[in-house]
Amino acid sequence: MNSGIIKEQAKDGDILKFQGNPAVSGGESGTANGNAQMIRLEDIRMTYDVGDISYEALRGIDLDVGKGEFLSIMGASGSGKSTLMNILGCLDKPTSGRYFLEGRDVSNLTSDELAEIRNKKVGFVFQGFNLIQRLSVVENVELPMYYSGIPSKEARDMAMEALKLVDLSDKGNKFPNQISGGEQQRVAIARAIVNNAPIIMADEPTGNLDSVRGADVMNFFKKVNAERGVTIILVSHDKNIANYGRRLITVKDGVIISSSIIEANL
Amino acid sequence: MKPVKFVFFLDLKSAYKTFIRNKIRSFLTILGIVIGVGAVIATVSIGQGASEAIQSSINAMGANMLMILPGSSSLGGVHSGFGVLPTLTLRDAYAIRKLPAVKTDSGMMGMAQQVVWRGNNWATLINGANSTFSEIRNWPVAKGTFFSHGQVVSAANVAVIGNTAATELFGLINPIGHTIIIKNIPFTVVGLLSIRGFNAFGQDQDDIVVIPITTMLEKVAGTTWVHAIAVSAKSAKDTSKAQSEITALLRQRHHIPAHKASDFFVRNLTQIAQTANSSANTFTVLLGSIAAVSLLVGGIGIMNIMLVSVTERTREIGIRMAVGAKKKDILKQFLIESSVLSLFGGVLGIGAGMGISSAISAFSPLKTIVTMEPVIIALIFSLCVGIFFGFYPAYKASRMNPVEALRYE
Repeated sequence: MNSGIIKEQAKDGDILKFQGNPAVSGGESGTANGNAQMIRLEDIRMTYDVGDISYEALRGIDLDVGKGEFLSIMGASGSGKSTLMNILGCLDKPTSGRYFLEGRDVSNLTSDELAEIRNKKVGFVFQGFNLIQRLSVVENVELPMYYSGIPSKEARDMAMEALKLVDLSDKGNKFPNQISGGEQQRVAIARAIVNNAPIIMADEPTGNLDSVRGADVMNFFKKVNAERGVTIILVSHDKNIANYGRRLITVKDGVIISSSIIEANL
Repeated sequence: MKPVKFVFFLDLKSAYKTFIRNKIRSFLTILGIVIGVGAVIATVSIGQGASEAIQSSINAMGANMLMILPGSSSLGGVHSGFGVLPTLTLRDAYAIRKLPAVKTDSGMMGMAQQVVWRGNNWATLINGANSTFSEIRNWPVAKGTFFSHGQVVSAANVAVIGNTAATELFGLINPIGHTIIIKNIPFTVVGLLSIRGFNAFGQDQDDIVVIPITTMLEKVAGTTWVHAIAVSAKSAKDTSKAQSEITALLRQRHHIPAHKASDFFVRNLTQIAQTANSSANTFTVLLGSIAAVSLLVGGIGIMNIMLVSVTERTREIGIRMAVGAKKKDILKQFLIESSVLSLFGGVLGIGAGMGISSAISAFSPLKTIVTMEPVIIALIFSLCVGIFFGFYPAYKASRMNPVEALRYE
C-alpha cells in the first residue's frame, strides 16, 4: 500500500509540471487533455419526472477535466450545478450522455459498481460536513477503507496519516461534536483523500463556516491539490470561494455558459 | 476478498454503539424477546420436570413390568370385562418363569378382607403373591423380611404388612412377630413394607397385607385360579419380546386354536409408561409453542424499531454509500444490528427463564429441569427472529438512493 502512495506521488510530480502549462490545463471546455485526462462528459442530460411534468436539470453538458486540476463550478441555486456534481461524483446516473472517468465509461454502471468507483476514485466534502456522529474522528476517516477491505491496522495508519495532512493528528479520538466546524470539514477532507482517491468533489464546503475558517479549509484543498495532485472539483455559488480554483465554469439553466482560467492561481 | 473479520467486527461495534446510545429504547425493543425466550425456557423446564416425575412414578410401579390378566368372556351374548374368567393358574405362572425374556414372576390374587389384631380390626386388600413380589414391584421392606420362596412352597401362614394397614392395626407398636387374623386364620407378621404413598389414581398403596400366593389360594380363597400374574422382563427392551413369548406360551397351555381370541390379556406397563411420557411431552410442546408466539410479537417489535432506526439514520446511510458502501454492506450492517439486539434479548430471556424455573423448583413441589437443548434452540431461534424481522428494514436501507439519503434532514 505504501509503495502505491509513493508511485502515485511520483506520477503527480509529472502532472504538476504539466499543469504549469495553461494551454493544457485550461483552455475551452470540451478540449481534450491528452493523457492526463481525468473526466470527460459528452452531452450529459438529466431529466426528472415530477408527476406529469418532466424537468430538465441538465441540458447537454460537455466537459473535460484534467488530472490534478482544480476546477470551480459556479451557479445560482437551481442552475443544475448540484445535479452535475452528483453525476460527476457517481452518486447519480445521467438520463443520457456519456461519462468517462479515467477513460472508462461509467454512465451505465449498476449502483454497486458506482459505489465501488466512489470508494476508489472519489472523495466527497459536503456543506454539512456529513460525518457520522457516533464514530470518532479517526473512525470517520477510516470509513472508506472499511468498504474497500483494507485491514484495520493498515487502515488506522492511513487514517492517521491523512489526519496529519489536515493538521488534526491530535484530534483522532474526539467525536465530531467535540470539534469545531472548520475542524469537522478538515476531517471530511482527510476522509476524502485517505483511500488515495484521485478526485475530490467539494459541494459548498465553506457554506457552514465563517470566512476565516472557510479560508482555512480552502487552503487545505489547495494543499492536497498541490502536494498529492488530487483533482478537485469545487461547487459554490460564492465567487470568493470559486476563485480558489484554476479554472472556473459557470452553469445556468442546465448548460455551461462560461469557462475561464483564473490566471492568478496558475 | 475483504477481510471478513474486520468488517464483521466493525459492524458489531457499530451495533453495540447504537445499542448503548438508546439504552431504554433498545431494552424495550428486546423486552418482547426476553419475555418470549424466558417463557419458553420456563415452560419447557416445567414440562421436563413433570415428565421426569411421571417417569419415576411409573418406575416405582415395577421395573419392566408386564401384567397378565384373565380374558373377557362373551357367553350367551353377555360380555364381561377382563379379569372375570378364571383362566390363569399358578402353573401358568411357573411356566412363564422359564421363558428367556422373563426374569421373574408372581401369581397374584387380591381380595378385600377384614384383618384383626387383638381388639383392632381393619378392612384392607389382602394380596397373595410370590416371594418375588418385592423385586417385581420394586418395593423393599422397611422392617423384618419378605417371606421366602420356601414359605411360599409350604404355604406358610406369614404376612408382610403395608404401612397404612400396620398403623391402623398396631398404632405405634412394631408389628413384626405379632399374629394377625384373616378369615379366622392366624398369620405371623414377618415384614413391614416401606412407605409408597398414593398412586396416580389416588389409591393408598400402603393399605395392603401381602401373604404367599399358595396360602392365599389354598387356605383363604379356596381356589386354584389366580387374579393376575405379574412378570418382570429382563430389561426394558425385552418387555415386548416377553409379551409375545408369554402370549404364545399361554395360548399353547390353554389349547387355544389359532382362529380364536386369547382367554387372557397381557398389559405392558412400559408401553403405558411411554404413552404417559409422550402425553407429558405433548403438553410441553403445546405450552412451549404458546410461549413462542410472544417471540413472534417480540420480533415484530424489533422490526418496528429497526424501521425507525433506518429512517433516523438515513443521512448516515447516505454518507456510507457516498464513501463506497454497496447494497450488501448496508444490508449486512442493519442485519447484524437487529441480530445483536434479538440475540441479546435471547440471552437475557434465558437468564430470566432459568430464574423462573429455579424459583418454581424452590417454592413448589414440582422439580423443574433445564436442559441444554431448549437453551440452544432459544438462542438460535432469537437469532433467526432478528434476521427475519430485521431483513425488511435492512433491505429498505440498502435500496436508498444516495443522493436523496444525503439530502435527508
